[in-house]
Amino acid sequence: MFSRAYKAAVTVPPLAWVAFFLLFPYLLMFCYSFWSISPATQTIVHSWSLDNYTELLQRPTYWQTLLRSMWIAARVMLFSLLLGYPLAYFLSFYAGKRKDLLYQMVIIPLWVSYLVRAYAWKTILGSDGVLNTLLQYVHLTSHPLDFLLYSPFAVVLTLTHIYTPFTILPIYASLEHIPRNLVEASHDLGATRVQTFWKVIFPLSIPGVVAGATFAFVLSLGDFLAPLLLGGPSGIMISNIVVSLFGAAYNWPLGAAISLGMLVIVVSLLFLSERLEKRWSF
Amino acid sequence: MSTTLTSKPTLLAIRNVAKTFGRNVVLRDVSLEIAEGEFLTILGESGSGKTTLLRIIAGFETATSGELWMGSERLDHEPPYRRRVNTVFQNYALFPHLTVEQNVAYGLRVARRPEAEIEQRVTEALEKVKMTVHAKKKPSKISGGQQQRVALARALVNRPRLLLLDEPLSALDANLRRQMQVELTSLQREVGIAFLFVTHDQEEAMVMSDRIALLRSGELEQVATPREIYSRPATAYVAQFIGHTNLLKADVHGGVATCGSLSWQTSLPDGSTFFSLRPEHIRPTSGAGSNSTVRVRGRVLHQAFHGATELVRVGCADGLALTVRTSIGGLSPEEVELEFSPADAIPVRESPERN
Repeated sequence: MFSRAYKAAVTVPPLAWVAFFLLFPYLLMFCYSFWSISPATQTIVHSWSLDNYTELLQRPTYWQTLLRSMWIAARVMLFSLLLGYPLAYFLSFYAGKRKDLLYQMVIIPLWVSYLVRAYAWKTILGSDGVLNTLLQYVHLTSHPLDFLLYSPFAVVLTLTHIYTPFTILPIYASLEHIPRNLVEASHDLGATRVQTFWKVIFPLSIPGVVAGATFAFVLSLGDFLAPLLLGGPSGIMISNIVVSLFGAAYNWPLGAAISLGMLVIVVSLLFLSERLEKRWSF
Repeated sequence: MSTTLTSKPTLLAIRNVAKTFGRNVVLRDVSLEIAEGEFLTILGESGSGKTTLLRIIAGFETATSGELWMGSERLDHEPPYRRRVNTVFQNYALFPHLTVEQNVAYGLRVARRPEAEIEQRVTEALEKVKMTVHAKKKPSKISGGQQQRVALARALVNRPRLLLLDEPLSALDANLRRQMQVELTSLQREVGIAFLFVTHDQEEAMVMSDRIALLRSGELEQVATPREIYSRPATAYVAQFIGHTNLLKADVHGGVATCGSLSWQTSLPDGSTFFSLRPEHIRPTSGAGSNSTVRVRGRVLHQAFHGATELVRVGCADGLALTVRTSIGGLSPEEVELEFSPADAIPVRESPERN
């Protein structure tokens, strides 16, 4: 059908791209994670050992931060689903003529820079920020509430804000795929709206929920800007440690080991979510 | 035009139902009564409004005007889930995430029937449609004909007073379709529930129904038994829609109808009238013939083989062409002489233009 030269011309560039910018860096990181830093010369020693991994497991800072990151990501996932599902449901079933407009309104925040949105929360949550000023103005508090900013709370709030559209879109898509005559059939067989939702609509939207949950969890887990800007000392996440290991702390091998650990977690989650989606798609 | 079977009480009365979508008039003024245990077919072309009428009865659409009565109960004010009416959807609308068994149990589960009763009724319903062996399968794992049976069982297990069927056989291939037509009619007799069946296929309507309601552009043209609707079509449209016919536009003057070179006695008043003359009522002249028949000569234009019979198009002297049904090889290809009895030329009303 197509000549050999044509096939080569279209397949080689993308393969080369993936190899050079994806496989090669991962391979490099994989190698680094087994190397070490010489305490004397502060240079990387190219000798193979599992020391970085044992340090990861032995030093509580690392795995505690990892657990905290997962706990933050889990909360972001939960809140994004709780906010996103009703919105997607309304959009798909009741928005009528305004469907396209409202859909665009879900998309638009994605066009605004992440930094701008994170800074916006800073001005809202700060000790002389919008929220505290308002609360003191209406005499709900006498002092500024200090748990609002530089806390895990601020990180969860910001990440939820940022990643909710990522849960809305797949849920919306899966709701749109439900044939409407199934809803009619359910009513026809005597089911009320509530029964129809729980027995027909929700089970059929599970692939979208799983996809949305995966997006929210994985993206939050690897986030480092929100904890950097809004997290404070108690809101540090695992990516911040990686960033500092590759930067000021100058311990690339340990940073690579943590990154690889996260990669394993994320890939297993993606694998699991794909299995779940398959199990619930028809 | 009678609209009820005199022997049985009325189950559902449709009174002056009209439906418009924006400026688009889908149903004009439909009144129809369905008797207990009756198999009534709403027959019509696509766009005639038949599915809309069904959806209004099921409760998925609201009529713009008119009423639905089930006994002394006003049906059209009830939401779909409170109507004792169930639907078999065109594409079956089986729940893909539930097994065959769970699909059938759905109506009973949402009605919170006791589990023992659900199990017993589901088993019975699956037996009735011969789907017991497939009970644990998902709908995607069974064939179209089997899905059809599950859809039937899912509706009938709730013991509705009226079952609505929206072109349920249209997705099946011809053989399976004929088989299901027979099964469906015998099932209907067995359960004794009134069926309101919607189709665009006149043959299907003729085979299955107690009565046919022919819908055209949102208005009923005729409601009658298959036999009556075939042999006594009320309008030119009905005559053409049901089976084949020759529609003759004749001038009646002094008790004689004239169409081209044809003329015959009639009792109709003077004026222009359409007559429907079925192809099987025209035959080649036999020997001397009698004075009571109308005769015409013509040449065979076209023959279409239909298995047991043949439909032959015969061109007559004055540009008139007649379709004749004959046995195989019944007409020689050249000159033929045909005759028909004036009693078989049925006067029909002209169907007014609508859109």
